[in-house]
Amino acid sequence: MVTEVRARLRRASRLLAGGLAAVVGGAVSGTAGGAQDLVVGAGARFATLGAAVAAATPGATIRVTPGRYAEPTVVVRVPRLTIIGEDWPRFDGEGAHEILVIRADSVTVRGLEFANTGISQMEDRSALRVTESVGCVLADNRFRDALFAIYLERSTGCLVRGNDIRGTGGVETRNGNGVHLWYSPYNRVEDNQVRGQRDGIYFEFSRGAVASGNLSEGNRRYGLHFMFSDSCRYERNTFRDNGAGVAVMYSKVITMEENAFLGADGSTGYGLLLKDITDGSISRNRFEENSTGLFLEGASRLDIRDNDFRRNGWAVRLMADAEDSRFRGNLFAGNAFDVSTNSRTLRSDFEGNWWDAYRGYDLDRDGTGDVPFRPVRLFALVVEKHPEALLLLRSPITSVLDAAERVFPVLTPALADPRPLMRAPR
Amino acid sequence: MIALEGIRKAYGRRSVLDGVSLALEPGRITALVGPNGTGKTTLIKVILGLTRPDAGRLLLDGEPVDDDGAYRARIGYAPQAPRLPENLAVGEVFAMLRALRPGAALDERLIEDFGLRGEWQTRVGTLSGGWRQKLSSACAFLFAPDVLLLDEPTAGLDPVSSGLLKAQLRAAREAGRAVLISSHILSELEEIADDIAFLSDGQFRFSGPISGLLEETGMRRLEPAVAALLRGLRVEQGGAPRSRVRA
Amino acid sequence: MSTIGLVLRASARDLARNRWLIAYAAGFWAVTEALFYFGGSGPQVILSLLNAVLFVVPLVALVFGTAHVHASREFIEMLLSQPLSRRSVFAGLYLGLALPLTAAFLLGAGVPLLLHGAAADAPRLALVLLATGGALLTLTFAALAMVIALATDDRLRGMMLALGAWFVLTLAYDGAVLVLVSAMGDWPLERPLLALMLLNPVDVARVLVLTALDASALLGYTGALFRRVFGSALGPAVAVAALSAWAAIPVLVARRRFLRRDF
Repeated sequence: MVTEVRARLRRASRLLAGGLAAVVGGAVSGTAGGAQDLVVGAGARFATLGAAVAAATPGATIRVTPGRYAEPTVVVRVPRLTIIGEDWPRFDGEGAHEILVIRADSVTVRGLEFANTGISQMEDRSALRVTESVGCVLADNRFRDALFAIYLERSTGCLVRGNDIRGTGGVETRNGNGVHLWYSPYNRVEDNQVRGQRDGIYFEFSRGAVASGNLSEGNRRYGLHFMFSDSCRYERNTFRDNGAGVAVMYSKVITMEENAFLGADGSTGYGLLLKDITDGSISRNRFEENSTGLFLEGASRLDIRDNDFRRNGWAVRLMADAEDSRFRGNLFAGNAFDVSTNSRTLRSDFEGNWWDAYRGYDLDRDGTGDVPFRPVRLFALVVEKHPEALLLLRSPITSVLDAAERVFPVLTPALADPRPLMRAPR
Repeated sequence: MIALEGIRKAYGRRSVLDGVSLALEPGRITALVGPNGTGKTTLIKVILGLTRPDAGRLLLDGEPVDDDGAYRARIGYAPQAPRLPENLAVGEVFAMLRALRPGAALDERLIEDFGLRGEWQTRVGTLSGGWRQKLSSACAFLFAPDVLLLDEPTAGLDPVSSGLLKAQLRAAREAGRAVLISSHILSELEEIADDIAFLSDGQFRFSGPISGLLEETGMRRLEPAVAALLRGLRVEQGGAPRSRVRA
Repeated sequence: MSTIGLVLRASARDLARNRWLIAYAAGFWAVTEALFYFGGSGPQVILSLLNAVLFVVPLVALVFGTAHVHASREFIEMLLSQPLSRRSVFAGLYLGLALPLTAAFLLGAGVPLLLHGAAADAPRLALVLLATGGALLTLTFAALAMVIALATDDRLRGMMLALGAWFVLTLAYDGAVLVLVSAMGDWPLERPLLALMLLNPVDVARVLVLTALDASALLGYTGALFRRVFGSALGPAVAVAALSAWAAIPVLVARRRFLRRDF
């Protein structure tokens, strides 16, 4: 498995340049160098995409004219093929089958609309599948009511960009993922919009992936999901109103920057859910109006810096086995609970963050409070143990509890920010 | 004009009025007397409906009164040790009373006689006891009511004011009004009262014309007559029951 | 009706001049202004204000109301010796107490909130619910004050009762609920807890504001009932209905008492 992927990676490095060049400039003029230029459509030479693909030679360009196409699954085995739709011709899976399968390197698919694959419990039925290929480009396509929209398996060096994916919004068991990468390292997923799928984007056993500029909204489970995918990076994405914004599980060295985690407000609503991950960094993200902004379970050695946590139920929930993470320069405002935990001993480290609940002073005028801030309220511990007690949130009795705890700090963890910022950093 | 029939009132186990009947007639001034704490004020409040009797009824011109209090339009009341809203100015008290009874005929003679116009802007809370008494009496007379109920009206009044009040009371009698005055100062009552009602232990020991009481007790003045009545009561309480003094 | 209006006007005019009431409004205004001046963001100010409202509104309405009704004894007697029905005198008295108090609250807390709140990034719904909750709390506790004042002739006793009621409803009740939750943590407490919250007007007002302010946290709880209640307009609707009932019940009790008692 691993050696196979490595061999493909070497090939990918040769082909990647060509593939990307095709995106940037070459794809527009498919006829350059006397290559084939095939046209599909009613009254054209080819009535179906399948017929055109069968006739195509490597490097050919297939133009699909507007219309509705319903034909058996088309499998591309010709490398360097470019398929371009004019005004989004609609390929209908008739609720029964996959639509386009790529089994060749450096294939470009652009401007098609894929619809209606139907639901299967037996296979991960996908509108557009790339299998064991390198350097493919899937750009500016539309997907409507597909179980899985784009599925990359054992493929690498591909670019998935600018696609508009709208799922059925069906429940998890009858729904698939928007963009799914399986054993597919070093791919890029950029500027796509995914709605109404199970997971918006899912990286499974796919290291080195980059996701940027995507909008993942209203997906049933996660906006973005990592499983066993190390050394990935995602940035400038927006995750809104998903079951949970992003789940990162069993992965190392994930870089998470400048994303917006918004409105994951279900009972399992997490802006960012971390489970058994190490050595990542989370910086300059926004967490707003999630049930829990950032949830850390078995997460360690994370650098969490310059993030904004606003109006979440719980801004940060640290489970007992989360350790050695550093919180610096983060902003906490309008959260019901800033930090909560189920443990008395916390081995994470907060310093130089801004807390709206901080009521200290700065006599030496160094910009940080002279009194440490203890972000874990006693009431948060009570709620962690007895969730129903949440109904007493903001009750004067909880202020009494907290005041008592401040005078006799015996129950809440020793966790404190020794140098809380006096002014909001942003 | 206004009559109480078989009024009973108890506070807890303490019976204050124990089957009391009394009729106030037009053109007559009735003095309500009795030892302290015998229920004189309670009786007046029952007439006003301020206190709810446990039994008995209140008749106005022979008809039982309604609970909506409309009958009080015919009653003027000056409470004991006048209790008036302290934040209002004197003028505001009158203005409010007039607003409560729009279109009623007014009798402002006491206001003028007492010189209350001079205190028009004064807040009730800062008035002296005597001035409050004047204000209270003037309020009672304000609407020229058919029935006047005055609870200790001369307490704290200087002799001049007291005389002015009495003159108004006589005028009221002339005008055919029924007046009930409670007071401790018997000599004052003797001057102007026609009838006397002596309340003790929840019942009237005497009720009728003053002349009748003097006759009964063989006294010439009201004060010794009432004293004799009181002595008789003590004897009665201490000794065997005997027939009551009646008119 | 016009007699109610007359009594109300006389009583309200009396109160409008009352310096404690003016101090109450001014105090609320000052606190709100100070919160905006020092406190920064809108939601935070609303939160601080929520605490102030839950603490101060019941206290002022109870203590001030009880003292006011006691002090109005003479006024009440005077009114009742006039040709007015007890019903209309009661209505005038209650409104004459509750409306100036509500006005003082709305002026003191509401006006600066509207002025600043429009500028700050405060959730509008929370502002509206806070004002609604505070106003309904005022009506409720003004009525409770009347119940207490009409049941006691002694001013000191009335004041102690008022303070006791305040302590129980703002602090002790929630404390007991917290103990209950800790002790019965293994039982399904969702339903009983929601019911317990509805039984205390201070809790109802608090939860009402929470539905707008801390919806994220409330929805984070796993209970299906919570989600049903707080995930829709149902929560605020139920809370407003319960608060209105809470305002009505003590009024009826006080009225019954007023119609029967001796003055």
